[in-house]
Amino acid sequence: MNIDSLFVIVISTIFINNFVLSRFLGLCPFLGVSRNLNSAFGMGMAVIFVMTIASFVTWPIYQLVLVPYGITYLRTIVFILVIASLVQFVEMVMNKTVPALYQALGIFLPLITTNCAILGVAILNIEDELTLIESLVQGLSAGIGFTLALVLMAGIRERLELGQVPESLRGVPIALVCAGLMSIAFLGFAGFSIK
Amino acid sequence: MSAWKIFIRGLWEDVPLFRLVLGLCPALAVTTSLRNGLGMGLATMSVLLGSNFVVSLVRKAIPAKIRIPSFIVVIASFVTIVDLVMHGFTPDLHKALGIFIPLIVVNCLILGRAEAFASKNSLGRSLLDAAGMGLGFTLALCILGSVREILGSGTICGFVLTPESYRPVLLLILPPGGFIVYGLLIAWFNLLDSGRGGR
Repeated sequence: MNIDSLFVIVISTIFINNFVLSRFLGLCPFLGVSRNLNSAFGMGMAVIFVMTIASFVTWPIYQLVLVPYGITYLRTIVFILVIASLVQFVEMVMNKTVPALYQALGIFLPLITTNCAILGVAILNIEDELTLIESLVQGLSAGIGFTLALVLMAGIRERLELGQVPESLRGVPIALVCAGLMSIAFLGFAGFSIK
Repeated sequence: MSAWKIFIRGLWEDVPLFRLVLGLCPALAVTTSLRNGLGMGLATMSVLLGSNFVVSLVRKAIPAKIRIPSFIVVIASFVTIVDLVMHGFTPDLHKALGIFIPLIVVNCLILGRAEAFASKNSLGRSLLDAAGMGLGFTLALCILGSVREILGSGTICGFVLTPESYRPVLLLILPPGGFIVYGLLIAWFNLLDSGRGGR
């Protein structure tokens, strides 16, 4: 385990393989919650939080339970159940211990269960054969990358409200075209070779 | 609502991808070619048929409070089946679609149909709904896949279509192309609608 490999994971997950803009994970909240900056930021924080915990919890379950018993084909079912109950659990704990945080993030938590980025990062951690620490780092940076894309998008969409957009392009279509342009910008990071 | 109406609704009025904007992630990620789009569409449709079938069968036995987790378990089981079948019979396609096969579980379209339709309707109607929505989703993926494949690599299903002097727009099979083509297709659907309203 060295720091370099963790650094590579952070940079490549946030910029080069940004979850939203180049892996197409978590598009529903990306389009649904990007109408206003505050809620985009709230959603982003909730996703970072849940993604990190989910990476930390699903990895031991896969390696210590599913692999030894030879039932790795149950991965999809087990992971989605773990994530769903995890979200519920986080919601309850947050409500009891830090009500202020719950007020801010609470409404986004139920939406997160069906966010494919969470299940996606859990599965990618396994498929990339990462260690526990690397998974944790990948989960955290995937969340940061998601938040970055979401907040940038929200900023653009707030401006778009004021612009004159042709009627048929209004709303989702123009947002998608903007996302495409952002994705071109992020494609520039692919030129970096850090391995 | 007549049986025909239930079926046809998913194909035009409520095309999941273009009207309801559901099930985006797989739609953009895998549609770099017609073949991948078709494969993803058929996989999603089989899961949808299976989950609507089971959810409709057990809809009276499931208490309202735990219905969402139960639906998710049903969907996840069908996804696992489809995943294993594809791994066994179409290994190439399985590899091309990769992580997006297990991610069918969190396709909002499937959970959405289970919750909004199958949990309230009889078996036959639920199956019709699944067939219509599944076909609509598959068709939309095929359209997206063909546009991107023809313009982005100048081929369709591997056959070369364009003359040699045509330089493919590589951008369209890269991630940005997915966003842009999809955005413009939705805009085109909106345009068709507004044209009809104005007449």
